[in-house]
Amino acid sequence: MRFRTYSLLGLFVFLRPLGNLSLAWGTKHFPQVLSLNPMVYLRAMVDPFVALGIAMLILALLTRMALLSLADLSFVLPVTAIGYVLATLFGQVFLHEAVGARQWMGTVLIFMGTGLVGTTSQNTTLPAEEPD
Amino acid sequence: MKWILLSIVVTATALSDLLQSHEMKRAGAQSVGARGLARLLKTISMRRDLILSIVCLAISFFAFMALVQAEPLSFAVPASASSFILETVAAKFILKEQVGIRRGAGALLVLGGVILLAR
Repeated sequence: MRFRTYSLLGLFVFLRPLGNLSLAWGTKHFPQVLSLNPMVYLRAMVDPFVALGIAMLILALLTRMALLSLADLSFVLPVTAIGYVLATLFGQVFLHEAVGARQWMGTVLIFMGTGLVGTTSQNTTLPAEEPD
Repeated sequence: MKWILLSIVVTATALSDLLQSHEMKRAGAQSVGARGLARLLKTISMRRDLILSIVCLAISFFAFMALVQAEPLSFAVPASASSFILETVAAKFILKEQVGIRRGAGALLVLGGVILLAR
């Protein structure tokens, strides 16, 4: 069960920033400005990067829901925050966003917090083995 | 207006997560393999509270979009991360999870990190 939890955790932690990256890449290269007009959004969703981003984010949502069937919310919340670190790294590497000392300090704090929560029991309520 | 939007973001996010956590634990262990995904989608479609949690998530998303349109991201991201604290407290008292010193301290460190990460 612990292996399945960490597999889902790993999948979610990569899927969300990759989905956001793909979405950001697609919208930044989209020729029209996104406005309140829903047609513009629909056209943007046909863009392969935007579509891939949305698909990855939907899969990330489902993965997180599966994760919540195995682990506590108070465990999942801080541990999945490691995704913020990946998002920062991806932003710097692929979108050439500036990342300063303050952001790296934040990254260190998130690593420490995630590591600390990772040492606690993943499920402190009733076991979720069998569907009701 | 920004405080109203922020309240909507934080409340809707917390409500969505609490509903998801409660219902998914009741639904039993899930996976995201080919068969697991089909079972998970069936579970979602059959549980009203899970559908409600997705509606809450959508409300939170659109309120966040409106917030970042009016306010700088450097305010919106750390301010909305305050849902971390609300959710951890709610997990302890509503979901009856055991939030000890290590887990509480870890959540606070992560919150501090998210605030520093925001530009």
